Amino acid sequence: MTFTTKALVVLLALATTACTRPDRFGGADGADGMAGANAGAAANAGAQGAAGDPSSPQYFSQTIGDRVLFSVDSIALTPEGRSTLDGQAQWLQTNSDYLAIIEGHADEVGTREYNIGLGSRRANAVREYLVSRGVPTSRLRTISYGKERPIEVCSDESCYSRNRRAVTVISVGSMS
Amino acid sequence: MLTRIFALLMAVFMAAPALAQDGPLRLTITDGVIEPLPFAIPTFEAETSGSEQLAQDITRLAAQDLTNTGLFREIPASAFISNPAGFGTPLQFADWRAINAQAVIRGAVAVNGDQVSVKFRLYDVFTGEELGEGLQFAGTQQGWRRMAHKVADAAYSRITGEGGYFDSRVVFVSESGPKDNRQKRLAIMDYDGANLQYLTDSSSIVLAPRFSPRGDRVLYTTYESGFPRINVLDVASVGRQQVNTAEGEMAFSPRFSSDASRVIYSLTNGGNTDLYITDIASGQHTRLTEAPSIETSPSFSPDGTQIAFESDRSGTPQLYIMPIGGGESRRISFGDGRYGTPVWSPRGDLIAFTKQNAGRFHIGVMRTDGSEERLLTASPLDEGPTWSPNGRVLMFTRESLGASGTSSLYTTDVGGLNLRAVPVEGGASDAGWGPLQP
Repeated sequence: MTFTTKALVVLLALATTACTRPDRFGGADGADGMAGANAGAAANAGAQGAAGDPSSPQYFSQTIGDRVLFSVDSIALTPEGRSTLDGQAQWLQTNSDYLAIIEGHADEVGTREYNIGLGSRRANAVREYLVSRGVPTSRLRTISYGKERPIEVCSDESCYSRNRRAVTVISVGSMS
Repeated sequence: MLTRIFALLMAVFMAAPALAQDGPLRLTITDGVIEPLPFAIPTFEAETSGSEQLAQDITRLAAQDLTNTGLFREIPASAFISNPAGFGTPLQFADWRAINAQAVIRGAVAVNGDQVSVKFRLYDVFTGEELGEGLQFAGTQQGWRRMAHKVADAAYSRITGEGGYFDSRVVFVSESGPKDNRQKRLAIMDYDGANLQYLTDSSSIVLAPRFSPRGDRVLYTTYESGFPRINVLDVASVGRQQVNTAEGEMAFSPRFSSDASRVIYSLTNGGNTDLYITDIASGQHTRLTEAPSIETSPSFSPDGTQIAFESDRSGTPQLYIMPIGGGESRRISFGDGRYGTPVWSPRGDLIAFTKQNAGRFHIGVMRTDGSEERLLTASPLDEGPTWSPNGRVLMFTRESLGASGTSSLYTTDVGGLNLRAVPVEGGASDAGWGPLQP
């Protein structure tokens, strides 16, 4: 998969759902990932429609579900995860103007660099599943944050199980 | 001539230090120390008026360097029998023998404008002779800590026969903010936490900075483009640019080769992470591994012929060594648990690593054939060892658990003794220890 530089810039600048993602930090996170346009994202939120609109990214993240969870050291998709991804695939096919970036994450139990590799595997497992369900590979991109971006901060399995995740982040963009 | 060799052996193997008597003062470091060597360091003479405070500060810092190694014990000035006379006068050895000082360090400090010069002599009290030639260091007032470190390095080096490590710097990741909104930025400091300076802002995630062999450049992983990429930063100018790696979704875990001509790193494509080398001058890329497993945290041997790295090709992360010119890799870790972040000692004799077993993390060392594994630390989360320039001390990250968990840097010697926190303002992780400064 190759993105042109221009497409990537568009992708980064128009990550309009950045502000709605629970795993994405506030405005201070500007240069990480796609969140460079947090301020713009907030302004755009109305234009994107409410979560009640099935074509909105909010609907995708809140109703369909933007994330799947993994067992320790595992990249295997659970039945529940597959069901979520089936919904994601359907939505992406219906709303073909959107791109998606799949973020892979690991829990804190592991070394930093290994966990980046592990998060990447998880993101890729989701990408492959979405492609197998008909989403063009050209609309998907992966990134791993390893253990750098926990959403839960306790140090036991109740938190670890929610941090071992792959999150599909919807972006506006085109593959021009 | 009489000799005294303090053989500093691990308590496990020998109950008492060996004391022989036929040569000059020599402290042989093996795996630890039982009995620190007593030394005296009278406050350095102020040779020019107004240099008293500086003489005092330099003396105290040099003493602290030596004492903090755990190898030396300072005899307090209150125990001194003779008031140490001027730098140039003969030492009254009997007075120092009487208080059991094995070594005496004397010095003098002169200030001329912004210029500072420090003279230093080291005495072997038992033989009644000077150990090595007198030395003189020159610098600026602002750089006074480096002169103290140089005095301590010279004393350490003459007494142990090993290179020193006090006049060195550490690059690391400075951390702030709560665990679920951690801000990270690159920073550099002296080995003892002084002279902290930030090298980047915290607008994007930065990870695992590592010095070039000469200490003039730093490689690190940054998310500033949105995706993990490798940057090289010039320490003097703080200018930085992206390294042109082979094409991939993510590039991370960079390290210089021992001659600084190449960068080795992990590159991810299609969820698979392998090792690559890029020759900096030619821009030529070489792929080193082709397995579907994760290969990461590569580290060169000091002679540049081999690499140690981490791979989960066996099912769990383990340590491997591979010749750089091609050939089979061989696994060297066989204990219980998971192993990662292998780092080759600058002496070439040991590999330091992170080990995870039974819910604990350890920093450990093993020989390059995997034998003589020794765990030096234990905590809920230790990781990422980096070697002192002389291969005698390891600095690493220790993270406390839970919602308020923070990262700190610690040091331990290779014997697993003398665990110390490095005093750094705020959170700190991912230390990369640089070379001894010229």
